Amino acid sequence: MDYFYTLLNEIYKILFLIVPILVSVAMIVWLDRRVWGLVQKRRGPNVVGPFGLFQTLADALKYIFKEIIIPASANKIIFILAPIITMTLALVAWAVIPLSETLVLSNINVGILYLFAVSSLGVYGIIMGGWASNSKYPFLGAIRSAAQMVSYEVSIGIIIINVLLCVGSLNLNDIVLAQKNLWYVIPLFPMFVVFFISALAETNRPPFDLPEAEAELVAGYQTEYSGMMYAMFWLGEYANILLMCAMGSILFLGGWLPPLDIYPLNIVPAPIWMIFKILFLFFLFAIIKAIVPRYRYDQLMRLGWKVFLPFSLIYVVLTASFLLYFDKLPKGSF
Amino acid sequence: MLAHAIFFYFFSILAIFSALMVITSRSTVNSVFFLILDFISVGCLFIMVGAEFLGMILLIVYVGAVAVLFLFVVMMLNVAQQKQSWFIGQKSTHIPSGLIVSVLIFLELLVVIGGWKYKENVMTSSNLVIDTNITNTHSIGSVMYTDYILYFQLSGIILLLSMVGAIILTYRKRENVKTQSYFKQISREKSSAVMLKEVDFNKGVNVDD
Repeated sequence: MDYFYTLLNEIYKILFLIVPILVSVAMIVWLDRRVWGLVQKRRGPNVVGPFGLFQTLADALKYIFKEIIIPASANKIIFILAPIITMTLALVAWAVIPLSETLVLSNINVGILYLFAVSSLGVYGIIMGGWASNSKYPFLGAIRSAAQMVSYEVSIGIIIINVLLCVGSLNLNDIVLAQKNLWYVIPLFPMFVVFFISALAETNRPPFDLPEAEAELVAGYQTEYSGMMYAMFWLGEYANILLMCAMGSILFLGGWLPPLDIYPLNIVPAPIWMIFKILFLFFLFAIIKAIVPRYRYDQLMRLGWKVFLPFSLIYVVLTASFLLYFDKLPKGSF
Repeated sequence: MLAHAIFFYFFSILAIFSALMVITSRSTVNSVFFLILDFISVGCLFIMVGAEFLGMILLIVYVGAVAVLFLFVVMMLNVAQQKQSWFIGQKSTHIPSGLIVSVLIFLELLVVIGGWKYKENVMTSSNLVIDTNITNTHSIGSVMYTDYILYFQLSGIILLLSMVGAIILTYRKRENVKTQSYFKQISREKSSAVMLKEVDFNKGVNVDD
């Protein structure tokens, strides 16, 4: 009986995490299109509901009622599994994101490794979808995407090492608490910029959206998908973007901490700061989508391997030697 | 404990099943997918033992990077053609070498497990005192970078060597390949790039000189 109640309790907690995330994904799609429209002097979606807020819900409803088409020559099981994997992985990672010191589903010791592992698994949804479609454009898109995500993961991993050197713990709450006096965006500002650009590439956002470059590959790995399965890819993609924003705000912007520990700022509840930071990073994502042209593929690879990788490696050496010289290495948990 | 047992048997059965499917499934892509499933379930077993660091590293390195590249290569193979040469064509030459390798691995396992069985502390590391107060990330770090630093560095150098070797083996210099030189592009000046020419009527101009 005890197991049963624990199970029910866990399911209740998981639902209270997942439903707000799905709703905020819907809202974030609206925000993205709205910002994109405003930059281009259009109005953007503004018809359905107040300010067009319900546009995404209307889109989702439309997708639900559309027919799901599975190509005759496709590998059916993998074809159906691919969007499910994308969506699940995008949601599963949220289990470790702390919205405040206590408001976290699972406060594990290796939180940042878990986040990194789940985000590196995200490539499977894309590569499986592209291969199982058994068609040329999806396959080209999948291969581009696999190469791109693997190369930018390397630099994200090394940037995480930079932050971990300063923290001395893999726990996400420890990472946030270590920034109580100084957000890491100030001492590690170059790493923040590199992380942000790598996050753009990791989530296949413009200017690195080559896997779905509509001028060359129709819609990349999603070409053969329709109806709800397409919608799942799409929701998973945006959930991943939100996840990257959350990761950026935990690693560099102090997570749920207020900017300064002074009176009017520190009575604002912690989750609000976290959400505000995630939204700020997402706003940057949206602006960049609107103002930057797409990279060429060889330039993308050059940027990942020849610029970001050596730069972040050198920065690891710099950070380590700085911490060692000034005797600032974290000693807390030994 | 019940839930623990259920999860343990679930993941271990999954691991054994997917390991069997890796070698029995006909399609190479499917066997790579089963290999990935195997890695994931072994990672989950690691986490259940309490070695969360090892489990996560297994996921990141093997599933997140190695298996992706595996899949990448296998998807490029022409499946139909390969089936023909494998099943209908001449006898495969892989079987003897495969047998030798697998017998060697089996013997190694026998030595390791048998040694463990008959002599208590066959491994020096089992003499180490385990402090339950520190996380296993810290304990791995404190052993790896002090007692075993030489082996750690050596394994790194071996990996680097194999990488350099692979690059040298596959690298070939190709003629007539146009590459973009950013330095050249940026350092172009107006004086060397643009010129003004008087063009005679009905004669045209030769640009190449």
